[in-house]
Amino acid sequence: MHPAFSVIAFTSLSGMGYGLAVVLGVGLLDGASLGGQIGYVIALLLISAGLASSTLHLGHPERAPLALTQWRSSWLSREGVLAIVTFLPLGLAALGSLFFAADWRPAGWLAAAGSVATVYCTAMIYASLKTVQQWASGLTVAVYLLFGLAGGLLLASGLAAMDAAMDHTGGSWRSLLPLAVLVMLAAWVAKALWWRRAGQEHSASTIESATGLGHLGKVRLLERPHIEENYLTREMGFRVARKHAVKLRRMAWIFGLVLPLAALLISLVLPDGFAAVLLLHAALSHLLGVLIERWLFFAEARHTVMLYYGDERA
Amino acid sequence: MTSLPEKTDKKLGLVIDLDICVGCHACVVSCKEWNTGGYGAALSDQNPYDDHVSGSWLNRVHAYEAGEGANARVVHFPKSCLHCDDAPCVTVCPTGASYKRSEDGIVLVNEDRCIGCGLCAWACPYGAREMDVAEGVMKKCTLCVDRIYNDNIPEEDRVPACVRSCPANARHFGDLADPGSEVSLMVLARGGFDLMPEQGTKPVNKYLPPRERRPEPQPCGRHSMAERESTADAKGFFRWLDQALERMG
Amino acid sequence: MTAVRQGRAQPALDLSPKVSDEIRQTTCYMCACRCGINVHLRDGKVRYIEGNRDHPVNRGVLCAKGSAGIMQHYSPARLRKPLLRVGERGKGEFKEIEWEEALSLATEWLKPVRESDPKKLAFFTGRDQSQALTGWWAQQFGTPNFAAHGGFCSVNMAAAGIYTMGGAFWEFGSPDWERTKLFVVFGVAEDHDSNPIKMGLSRLKARGAKIVSVNPVRTGYSAIADQWLGVRPGTDGLFVLSLIHELLRNRTVDLDYLIRYTNAPWLVVEDDGLFAKDAEGKALVQDRESGALVPFDAKGVKPNLHGKVTLPDGRSARPVFELMAEAYLDERYAPERVAEQTGIAAERIVALAEELARVAFEEEITIEQPWTDWKGERHERFIGRPVSMHAMRGISAHSNGFQTCRAIHVLQILLGSIDCPGGFRYKPPYPKPPAVHPRPAGKLGEVAPNQPLTGAPLGYPLGPEDLLVDEAGQPIRIDKAYSWEAPMSAHGLMHMVISNAHAGDPYPVDVLFMYMANMSWNSSMNSRGVMEMLEAKDPETGEYRIPKIIYADAYASEMVAYSDLVLPDTTYLERHDCISLLDRPICEPDAVADSIRWPVVEPDRDVRGFQSVLIDLGGRLGLPGFVEADGSPRYRDYADYMVRHERKPGVGPLAGWRGEDGKESGTGAPNPDQLQRYIDNGGFWQGEIPEEALYFKFANAAYQDFAVRMGFYNASAPMVFQLYLETLQKFRLAAEGKAEPQPPEHLRERIAECFTPLPSWYAPFEEARLDEEEYPLHAITQRPMAMYHSWGSQNAWLRQIHSSNPLYVPGALYDELGLEPGDWVWVISHHGRIKVPAARMEAVNDKTVWTWNAIGKRAGAWELSPAAPEAKKGFLLNHLIHELLPPKGDGLRWSNSDPITGQAAWYDLRVRLEKAAPEEVAGENVVSEPQVPAQERFAGMPTPPRELRYGQEWDEGTDA
Repeated sequence: MHPAFSVIAFTSLSGMGYGLAVVLGVGLLDGASLGGQIGYVIALLLISAGLASSTLHLGHPERAPLALTQWRSSWLSREGVLAIVTFLPLGLAALGSLFFAADWRPAGWLAAAGSVATVYCTAMIYASLKTVQQWASGLTVAVYLLFGLAGGLLLASGLAAMDAAMDHTGGSWRSLLPLAVLVMLAAWVAKALWWRRAGQEHSASTIESATGLGHLGKVRLLERPHIEENYLTREMGFRVARKHAVKLRRMAWIFGLVLPLAALLISLVLPDGFAAVLLLHAALSHLLGVLIERWLFFAEARHTVMLYYGDERA
Repeated sequence: MTSLPEKTDKKLGLVIDLDICVGCHACVVSCKEWNTGGYGAALSDQNPYDDHVSGSWLNRVHAYEAGEGANARVVHFPKSCLHCDDAPCVTVCPTGASYKRSEDGIVLVNEDRCIGCGLCAWACPYGAREMDVAEGVMKKCTLCVDRIYNDNIPEEDRVPACVRSCPANARHFGDLADPGSEVSLMVLARGGFDLMPEQGTKPVNKYLPPRERRPEPQPCGRHSMAERESTADAKGFFRWLDQALERMG
Repeated sequence: MTAVRQGRAQPALDLSPKVSDEIRQTTCYMCACRCGINVHLRDGKVRYIEGNRDHPVNRGVLCAKGSAGIMQHYSPARLRKPLLRVGERGKGEFKEIEWEEALSLATEWLKPVRESDPKKLAFFTGRDQSQALTGWWAQQFGTPNFAAHGGFCSVNMAAAGIYTMGGAFWEFGSPDWERTKLFVVFGVAEDHDSNPIKMGLSRLKARGAKIVSVNPVRTGYSAIADQWLGVRPGTDGLFVLSLIHELLRNRTVDLDYLIRYTNAPWLVVEDDGLFAKDAEGKALVQDRESGALVPFDAKGVKPNLHGKVTLPDGRSARPVFELMAEAYLDERYAPERVAEQTGIAAERIVALAEELARVAFEEEITIEQPWTDWKGERHERFIGRPVSMHAMRGISAHSNGFQTCRAIHVLQILLGSIDCPGGFRYKPPYPKPPAVHPRPAGKLGEVAPNQPLTGAPLGYPLGPEDLLVDEAGQPIRIDKAYSWEAPMSAHGLMHMVISNAHAGDPYPVDVLFMYMANMSWNSSMNSRGVMEMLEAKDPETGEYRIPKIIYADAYASEMVAYSDLVLPDTTYLERHDCISLLDRPICEPDAVADSIRWPVVEPDRDVRGFQSVLIDLGGRLGLPGFVEADGSPRYRDYADYMVRHERKPGVGPLAGWRGEDGKESGTGAPNPDQLQRYIDNGGFWQGEIPEEALYFKFANAAYQDFAVRMGFYNASAPMVFQLYLETLQKFRLAAEGKAEPQPPEHLRERIAECFTPLPSWYAPFEEARLDEEEYPLHAITQRPMAMYHSWGSQNAWLRQIHSSNPLYVPGALYDELGLEPGDWVWVISHHGRIKVPAARMEAVNDKTVWTWNAIGKRAGAWELSPAAPEAKKGFLLNHLIHELLPPKGDGLRWSNSDPITGQAAWYDLRVRLEKAAPEEVAGENVVSEPQVPAQERFAGMPTPPRELRYGQEWDEGTDA
């Protein structure tokens, strides 16, 4: 599938934003603190940037409100509805945090629930597509949720460390770290399983089932319908060279897991200020890792339509 | 509205005969021609006279080879929207632009509501939907909904443009919900099949497989290859000729 | 946009939107099929083009090309105004001029030629559908140097058919789609007669008839055939003669049919190979009962087919059939012997011959309709042998094509399947025996200043006496047609004109005048060489070797860049035309028909229909027939000519609604209202053939009467099928020195060998002259059904289907060369090398590589961007083909053509492949080679749009 920047940016940024909103909402980062305030700002920025990027990429962004109407059947519509609904408690919680230096717990809980639900819907947009075998799995949902949460925890750890450094309140923020490490590991275990499945499982659809000509022998594409690329081949026929994919996966592991994990472990023994700086950088590294992972999520995905363009299996 | 109708009164669709299609692309171009000035936005073409030429088409003909060596077969394969009963393109649509008509089962895009997100194209296993680059809305086969009921067109021409133009009569249009319709009978008689049944989309359009080729005729009884008479001189032939002429009187 | 809706409501749709303001019915010209079309107009623009259901050719259907007519009509490559060259030839540098200046200039160039030596005008008209006019114009001008493109298309098929049975395929006849049970299709060109064939194949499938394809490549029609025989190119003749061998071996030939309708019983004098004739010149046969020698058409004769007779003058003679049986029963035609050469297993040949005979004789069909033959014998019914065949360029474009085409016709005749129910059926005005056709005009002394020729430049010679040669036996025509190099070249040799004019062989010309013939690209062999010839100058004078080139075309083709004066033609929707019985008619076996084009849209540019321009020039030059007695122009334009011109009294370009009241058909006085009658009838006219005259037209008295009534010929002209073609023997006799005039020494051997009066097979010339190990492969083209020659690439829709073309390589060879997807290969012939993208294919003859025809374009031509894939990746095989054969050291220029008809032998091409080295295909922008420098955009031509949204103005939303 074509790795469109807008969609990659949307899922990565808003995923992290919603992850942060969850951490804030359930009170793992004190919304009343400076770190919490910054956290709300960052979460809202990440979510808004992501939504804006995905909306502007539409053929008719001005009709975007129509996308809220079909929540009965469409995961994309549900995502839109939930994103907007989630803005309410999240905005309220942010309001409390920013203007009243308060942690409005019920709003936080609702925001956290909304965030999880929104990311779940995002993931389900892909996981529900039978046409892309790699995506059509509960693992896709797990990966989206865990990556968002891991990113949020990482950011929250940095912000909490910053709070600690400024208030000299001591190292209680370090209690977040094991959870962050755990979620980070869980996310990558899920992704490792996802990749393993993607490499092993194929769609039941083949060039033979797509054409119904298998009884004549092995089917091969002789001639494309139109010689140059078309919307379908551009959108669904994106190919990434195997050696590039291997390299990119390695980079995703390094930026998304190895560096943030190292930062989390090192920050256990660092002074709060240094830890804050290190962890916030680690969050950026993690975001980069997720962006690469998300690029591959699209670029490596094979759509059944390419069976009509010569792929033997999907 | 993006929920699928539980049942449609009719299932209008196409039956495509792969045994007859010679791959001439007549259906492809007549479709483009009718629809660029018909339902909804024009079917635009980018770089029409340059490199990377590309356009929106609602019907395309692929060519496949199957089998090996001298036994290999070439099959021309037209493909457009299959108007599935369980059309995944409809249910994923966030705006309700995509819908399946309850009266005849035609899957359409109400372009006035389409936001151009492209998700329906991702959901379709067959590549039946193409985003129009110029208009930013999704285009697809309408089964020429603006022809088949059109009072401004002579009755005999109220069929999709591709069916109207096909020189080889490889495309047939009708109601596949009616077991007695010509198309249904054709599907029954010829073993019409679904594309990618495993995707669970329940396509309405059916494909008729290339007929089994009759076995190669074998040199038959009269003279087996080994014991055929020598023709080195034509004497035997002339003996027969004389007798035959005799018989003719 | 509508408000957000809830629930299950569906948008309200306007199910009866307006389609068009008006429908105008005319004739398509997106290829040469000439289908009827309904052009829907809306707001003055073309909304939609569909097939005309009433039209005899297409009965409502329309192909991809026809449906893409909108894009052709509005193509940015349309020429806009007359152009005069200002730069060097080939660069494309022109200035726009007014029509008056253009026509004055043309007159100024042409007048002195006519006044001094009219043959110094070479007038060749490409894919012309108005040869009845253009040929007549050449005749009145007085130049014999006229032809259209038949010489590199299918003259072998047409000429072999006319000489053998008075007709061939396509415009001459077609299979009886409704009744045939076994159909054999050889090497067809899938852009010719395409809708009728597709419709016909569909009928065959519906009826369960069997389709056998003989073709090196299994695409298109071959793909749906029940049986595919992947013959090696150029060996079809051998294959067919082997089928004939088997039919004779099995005694499965229609003796009654042969005796009645063919020259099988005619006696051939052993001495000279000519027919034994009586005092009146009638061929003799021996009556079986009396043993007497009687004229073949004597009433009640029962001719013998076997046995030597002694003629009154003491010479001995034998019936044709006896000679045939001896010739074809020879072991060299045994399936086992031809299997390796043809690539078709002996068993398959044996089986097909048996099946042909079984269907012909055991599945005989009859139509209970009494009829009378030309001898006056009454028959109670039409007896049908439901076997039919079709063949086109793949067969004819070989140097042995004429004989191969003859062999196919003879095969059908032996089965008794010509013009019977279920067999091959003639389309009127065919059958038309060669003797009824004219002889070529332009003999020595006939070509003189200010003098028209006595007849049409093209015709059918019946012997050496009809050749156009001078006292020394040298050619009179610039293309050497009707010379000893190509004696029976019924369509001329357009492919040799530029080469010969450049070489001054047999003489230079002053003006080359061409119409829609893309000679500097895909319509020539050796395209690069032809470009150089057009650019070549005489070093002494600095003048171009071909001094003046006038060219008429509707589009910015490659040839425009090589022209001095360009006369812009209209599109097919803006013009008058007649598809005339005098030319290449559109009749069907059951009906006589002709049709017109008329301006259904007015031109928005300063262009004129070429035929009107030609008539204008005829007036300016004062050509007989084009001016009144007072010197004023006789015809206003082509439309006026179509109505008022009479070729002979009562016979004009159009056969419908003749006579002053419009009630006569075929013949009758001109009717001023005629064109309106055509328009009112959908653009065509058709007249039914009487039931009694529908079959056996060649021998059917009722049909012959009908034909005379319609003006096809002056007197009844039944056709006796010429299994043995005496005309060929006459040339052979001359070559053997036994008759006058005689050919030049160097041609004698070839004529003696190739001009066999019974069809024979010899290896194609290029194959025979080259080392098979050095050039082990055949390279051929197939016609893409969505393209017509080079025209389609300017069409924004069609070009998307074929933007570039790969070379298809048989799987085993592909693997042997280590090719992978995306690889390129060098294709190397004796003449050149080209670098092209390769693709794998299984269903192709294992010694054959192939590609689509005419996709490759010169950069900048047809208003395409120089970066277009057609120029960068697309390619032509033409660069590999020379118009001359490989030199054999005698210093002579041997044309790469059939020795009998001069048909260009495109399909004889032999090549080898080499995988392109990595450094030759490195980088993103690999291009095919050779690349010709881009031609300039012509003066006044628009910049093509970056995006098309045709019909957007009619978007009314999707929710009413």
